[in-house]
Amino acid sequence: MSNRLSWRKFVSHFMLTMTGLCALVAVSVLFFILGYLVYHGGTSISWDFFTKLPAPVGETGGGMANAIVGSAKLLLLACLLGVPIGFFGAIYLAEFSGGSIAFVVRYAADLLNGVPSIVIGIFAYSLVVLPFKHFSTLAGGFALGLMMIPITLRSTEEFLRAVPRALREGAMALGASQWKTIASVVVPAAYRGILTAVLLAFARVAGETAPLLFTALGNRFWSPGWNQPTASLPVMIFTYAISPYDDWHRQAWAAGLVLLGLILITNIVARVILSRGISVPRT
Amino acid sequence: MERHFERDLNDLKERLLWMGSLAERAVHQAVHSVLDSDEQLANRVLAEEDAINELQIEVDDRVVQLLALHQLMAIDLRFVLAVSRINNDLERIGDQGVNIAQGSLRILRHPRVKPYVDLPRMSELVEEMVRNALNAVVRRDVELAQKVLASDDQVDNFRDQIFRELLTYMMGDSSVVFPAFELILVAKNLERIGDHATNIAEDVIYIVQGQDVRHPTVDRR
Amino acid sequence: MASVRSAVSVKITPPVSAPTGREPQAPLVMRMTVSKVNFYYGLKQVLFDINLNIASNKVTSLIGPSGCGKSTLLRTLNRMHETVHSSRLEGDILIDNQNILAQDVTALRRRVGMVFQRPNPFPKSIFDNVAYGLRINGFKGALSDAVEKSLRHAALWEEVKDQLHKSAYELSGGQQQRLCIARGLAVEPEVLLLDEPCSALDPISTAKIEELLVQLKDLCTIVIVTHNMQQAARVSDFTAFLLTGQLIEFSPTPQLFTTPSDPRTEAYITGRFG
Repeated sequence: MSNRLSWRKFVSHFMLTMTGLCALVAVSVLFFILGYLVYHGGTSISWDFFTKLPAPVGETGGGMANAIVGSAKLLLLACLLGVPIGFFGAIYLAEFSGGSIAFVVRYAADLLNGVPSIVIGIFAYSLVVLPFKHFSTLAGGFALGLMMIPITLRSTEEFLRAVPRALREGAMALGASQWKTIASVVVPAAYRGILTAVLLAFARVAGETAPLLFTALGNRFWSPGWNQPTASLPVMIFTYAISPYDDWHRQAWAAGLVLLGLILITNIVARVILSRGISVPRT
Repeated sequence: MERHFERDLNDLKERLLWMGSLAERAVHQAVHSVLDSDEQLANRVLAEEDAINELQIEVDDRVVQLLALHQLMAIDLRFVLAVSRINNDLERIGDQGVNIAQGSLRILRHPRVKPYVDLPRMSELVEEMVRNALNAVVRRDVELAQKVLASDDQVDNFRDQIFRELLTYMMGDSSVVFPAFELILVAKNLERIGDHATNIAEDVIYIVQGQDVRHPTVDRR
Repeated sequence: MASVRSAVSVKITPPVSAPTGREPQAPLVMRMTVSKVNFYYGLKQVLFDINLNIASNKVTSLIGPSGCGKSTLLRTLNRMHETVHSSRLEGDILIDNQNILAQDVTALRRRVGMVFQRPNPFPKSIFDNVAYGLRINGFKGALSDAVEKSLRHAALWEEVKDQLHKSAYELSGGQQQRLCIARGLAVEPEVLLLDEPCSALDPISTAKIEELLVQLKDLCTIVIVTHNMQQAARVSDFTAFLLTGQLIEFSPTPQLFTTPSDPRTEAYITGRFG
């Protein structure tokens, strides 16, 4: 009898240990990547990196200032497109969740989420680049924005749904119209979640490369306005990594580190905001 | 925190006490109609009987309502139950007063049998018992209630004494049988009033201490 | 009757007559009338031919076993049933003789407020909670005065007057429910509907709210749904007993609880079923 018992105990401990190991492996991949990036790119992070333009081909030195600014502009455009559409779309879904239109919208958003990013890029190419006849920041921002929409929409919808029905009823019972209820009670109650959703979507598209390849293209110089091709961190990494120059390789590592750092920080901030719980009052 | 049913409890108490004062007055007037040979007083007692009976119905109504609507506990519950009993005792006191008054009217048709000596003393004691019992209800005074209980034996003694004395008179002179007999009945009525006052006193002890002190000879286990 | 010249140490005067509930009352004004109401969720009928009058400035309670339709009926009074798409109402419901179905629903809900079973304060400060209804309805006067007035009416002012900026969620359950009552009172409704307001609260909080309701009668008409019939007995002036969607009996409370006219009512209140 005790043999069976000790066998079962052994199996239980063994399996739990295995699950622990797998979890460890999953986590350590992240740290491994981080470590690799720090090791290889840490030395190239300098003031120059953040402020100088790329040096002419073949010369060492220079930085990625234009790529950093370019990424910032692209992400700004993406947010301007993705966040409002995602937000208001989420409000629609959360309030009218029963109808068949809502079902279609939700399904379409999920499908859009699954579209390969390069396909989004092609779509943006034919919609923005071809008519305007340039590659541009606008096109790049448009592509990234399209990618932000489904993430923002679905996450925000979940957080809006999570607001208890009782709060809505309380507002309606005081004579608030449906829109008033949403604006003054539901959204404020869910604001942490909404902020988190936006930040997570942002972090997700910050590192996308494929859609930028034929929308924003790239630029070794500053890109004034919105109608010119622009450099961005992910595309720079791609370009430098496949180049034959060591110096460029080091800079690529550095760019990777910066990009990953940005994404990690955004994620962490988002989680911290969410963990604070129900919103505290403002008088 | 004041609960709204406390108003209803106070209303009930006020009505009961009003009834008590009417009953007390009935006894006082009835007895004095005998002692002072006052026909008017007797008639007044008979006229005021209805008021007491109406109050009995009203008090019972309120008791039922209070018990149904409010989940009374502890002293409130005992109080309301005791009110229900005191209600009945007060109504009986009123009835006895009426009996005395009716007897008084019959006695008045005859000359006085003898000077009243014991009867006034008995009636004073009984009136005091009733008064003390009602005061004990108002003040929830257990000591006063005990005093009432202690007077009960004395009242019985008075009754026996009056009984013996009048019996002697009746045996000696057959013309006084009617009035003497009525007087014996009056004494009996007074003794009954004393018993009702005793009941009220027992109810006060029940309200305050939660103890049922009726029938001390019964074995309570 | 002159006071009796007796030696009772308390001076007795004839008591001022307070009604026992059996005497005929002054004629009542009817604030709301429910007339021939049938109610359906989809194909299923849940209320059958309900006819009811809600008397002004009185507390009317709706009692009955679970699922009898009392909450459903309550929610029709301020058209909250419309939040469920499959619901269908037939018949008329009038407030001050105007049909509520013909009015703008948000205007109606200002006149007929509701307090729910579980306290549902907004995630805002205590002040903002009470002021919410006033703000969305375009209140022009001094907000803080109005908020104080409501909190006083809800017997909460003394407990929170120094903490109006604090989150409503820091209050205890009983306080939160009184806050919801204050919030409802702020817009000065004619009728206040309460759906089992004490079922989530402890006995002391329940007692406080019951006393509050008895006092609030002076301000507005109150309709309360409760599964606790002793609460209905303690607090209400009129009681309606519902059973599987039908109105079985509607009487003054003292009468319904002492001598109900329908045997089903008697069976319910004596606890013999339901």
